[in-house]
Amino acid sequence: MDNQYLLSMSNITKEYYGNRVLKNVNLNVKPGEIHALVGENGAGKSTLMNILFGMPVIFSTGGFEGQIYLGGEPTTIDSPHTAMDRGIGMVHQEFMLIPEFTVTENIKLGREIGEHNALSKIFGPLLDKMNWKQMSSDARKALDSIGMMNIEEYAKVAGMPIGYKQFVEIAREIDKTGIKLLVFDEPTAVLTESEADRLLEIMRIIANKGIAIIFITHRLTEVMAVADSMTILRDGEFVARKEVGETSLAEMAELMIGRQVEKLVDDDLLGERKLFDDRIALEFKDYYVDMPGERVRGMDVKIRTGEIFGFGGLAGQGKIGIANGIMGLYDTEGEVIAFGKTLDLSKLGEALRNGLAFVSEDRRGVGLLLGESIERNIIFSAMQINDQFLRRIGPMKILDKANADKHAKNMIRLLDIRCTGPSQVVGSLSGGNQQKVCLARALTMVPKILIVSEPTRGIDIGAKKLVLEYLTKINRELGTTIVMISSELVELRSLCDRIAIVSEGKVFAIMKPDDPDAAYGLAMAGVREEVAS
Amino acid sequence: MKTLKTLYENIGLPRLIIALFFILLIVASIMLGFSPAALFSDVVRRWLMYGTLVLAMVPGIQSGIGLNFGISLGISSGLLGAVLAMEFAFVQDWNALYGAGSPWMTLGLALLLGVIFAAIVGTLYGMLLNRVKGSEMTVSTYVGFSIIAFMNIVWLSLSFKNGELSWPLQGQGLRNTASLSGSFGGLLSNPDVVQSTQPEWLHWLAFKVGDFTVPLGLILVFGFLCFLVWLFFRSKMGIAMSGAGENQLFTTSSGINVDRKRIQGTAISTVLGAVGIILYAQTYGFLQLYNAPLMMGFASVASILIGGATIRRAKISHVLIGTLLFQGILVTALPVVNEVVEIGTLPEVLRIIISNGIILYALSKTKGENQ
Repeated sequence: MDNQYLLSMSNITKEYYGNRVLKNVNLNVKPGEIHALVGENGAGKSTLMNILFGMPVIFSTGGFEGQIYLGGEPTTIDSPHTAMDRGIGMVHQEFMLIPEFTVTENIKLGREIGEHNALSKIFGPLLDKMNWKQMSSDARKALDSIGMMNIEEYAKVAGMPIGYKQFVEIAREIDKTGIKLLVFDEPTAVLTESEADRLLEIMRIIANKGIAIIFITHRLTEVMAVADSMTILRDGEFVARKEVGETSLAEMAELMIGRQVEKLVDDDLLGERKLFDDRIALEFKDYYVDMPGERVRGMDVKIRTGEIFGFGGLAGQGKIGIANGIMGLYDTEGEVIAFGKTLDLSKLGEALRNGLAFVSEDRRGVGLLLGESIERNIIFSAMQINDQFLRRIGPMKILDKANADKHAKNMIRLLDIRCTGPSQVVGSLSGGNQQKVCLARALTMVPKILIVSEPTRGIDIGAKKLVLEYLTKINRELGTTIVMISSELVELRSLCDRIAIVSEGKVFAIMKPDDPDAAYGLAMAGVREEVAS
Repeated sequence: MKTLKTLYENIGLPRLIIALFFILLIVASIMLGFSPAALFSDVVRRWLMYGTLVLAMVPGIQSGIGLNFGISLGISSGLLGAVLAMEFAFVQDWNALYGAGSPWMTLGLALLLGVIFAAIVGTLYGMLLNRVKGSEMTVSTYVGFSIIAFMNIVWLSLSFKNGELSWPLQGQGLRNTASLSGSFGGLLSNPDVVQSTQPEWLHWLAFKVGDFTVPLGLILVFGFLCFLVWLFFRSKMGIAMSGAGENQLFTTSSGINVDRKRIQGTAISTVLGAVGIILYAQTYGFLQLYNAPLMMGFASVASILIGGATIRRAKISHVLIGTLLFQGILVTALPVVNEVVEIGTLPEVLRIIISNGIILYALSKTKGENQ
């Protein structure tokens, strides 16, 4: 093994329940270098870091293949504690700080400096008196070393700006003696622009002390600005290790997205048809959704009748919020116009009554009544909104069991739901079949606009293809306008007519499916200038 | 072997133990020389007596408020309806005016008033429960206890003319236990009452086959109520309510106001509680005021849980099985225990152990909202 690398992870392979999430991945980091780890959601970055830290989740699922070398020596890291002992630290995306403690207490948490006293001599070091002076000065030193002169070490963490909390975290890692490698997991995701700039500077300062940094991020501009080298992962595979000086933003984006050979929808299904720019099915005007973690912040977009329209983008950018707002699960602002009619989204079921139907991304949480039968799930919305599958007996509207049964059986056949019959409980179905039940429920509404959110999340490739083909089919045969929200670009690009990339709650760019990979990569990363050119 | 295992899983350990215990008690009591017919008559009577109160748990559980310990609200409404109806009947002298029709009119008026009170109180109670989402069961327990204390004041301060109701010497306040023998007591279930007060063509309401009593009137009424609840949960409104109880987000995204469904479920549960206590009093022959209904909520909760319900799902079959097992044990245990050991309060002790034990067991089995 070449000794120039501080850390080498070579030929790492990891399976979760027979599903390969990492295939022969290599990661090499030199001392004192900032090394970016780049890839889309689900590319395997987190799994790789979990392996590096010896997280229990790795070992409880059967361990991994491959070898980790630290300073050229083969090493086993079997617990986060070992990782810490070997000088590997992590700055978490969600802050692991105790709000009611002071900065010093947080920095020194678990590594307090004590002085012996009478009690602790008898009962052990847990009863040591704290050496506050020493601890404060250590904390001060750590803060100073990252240039944070204006954070007081005696202040409480609660109420600090988010950026400061991030810096306290970093100071805590720096304060650990013998730290050699620091991992930053998307540190700029929650920061404002100036804070992010400051953070990048601090990373430089740390790297100059000879500490290596692994920098996980989606933001390619930041990589260009601060990193020395990078490793690109895609779908669990190692794509390339590049020196930043030798590459360009466009090349990076292309490597990150990559075009997969496999077509998810057969071409003969995608027949030609005419769409008209003046026939609008759904329009968003300055649309806001207050969904935590997926906020939509002022979206304007027009979706044509008969179109398959995709919303893509990275997690947390707001694409998920779009559908949840229309469904009435979160408060909205602005206008949503369906076929010329402005929807009053404060009224529950308004969208359903106006020809929209949904398949939620949260199958188990929102999409299904897990304890009820397939039949009950399929007919629920149509029954409640359109009064279908009901018989009138006096003043009561009673379930028309025979009719519901017939419809459920029909849907089971049509969508090939693998089950023992319409009365099987939905919770006992596999993910793919549950997804088909969700789809069946939406189709029972006979929608003019069908909104599907992450339709293939957590289902196997066979079911994936079937679901996507079915969506294409109803679009072509019934003329249903389909709005598809997905994290998987490949999926969107294989059947959408247009794809809007959502970034920071807004439509960043509307793209065609055959636009180059690089353009997609840049749009996802939120780099505007390059897209224009 | 596999079918045996699924059968065991379907029945569940606590029900299995209780059912076996029940069978054991029956065998023991027959061996000790008790008349099986009398014993079973008693079991059936108690089953029907408590059935409606247990049935009242179903809408609560299905609409998502969990176990309705606050059923005392419904019980108090029903009792208030009953005493007002009896007082009205006494003041108007219905007995003299209508003869055999009088108890029917009193029962009808009691039910009507009870249902109206319960509907109003239940709606308000539902609104309260919507404000304490996540801790409904704790709150409902306290509401249940509080209303009993409040009603104690009400019973004490009512001044009625009906001598069956008011304290004999004071002229103010109601009795602890008021006999219904001159009113609607036993009208649907007691053969003696039916034969002596009702015309020939109504004698089918309750009759004897050998030593075995068939309270047909009560069976029909209870059966009809079960049917109504079953039918309700197959209606549009009922299905929406079940959905609200099972998955709030799902139901909201189908355009249903979950909070409203919960209020409706609570109100229906309370109304059934009111009807339940009137049927209970009818069967028992006495109206029990003051602290008597204090723990009835717990008995109802325990019954439906023994029947196999969880705090999120309940069916009519759970009501029927649970009430039968719970009441059956209490009925059969009394004579057996009296024969075997001479501790008079043992059945009461048994009741407390079973009801609280089973509630504890069921709560330990529930999964949190977020799991």
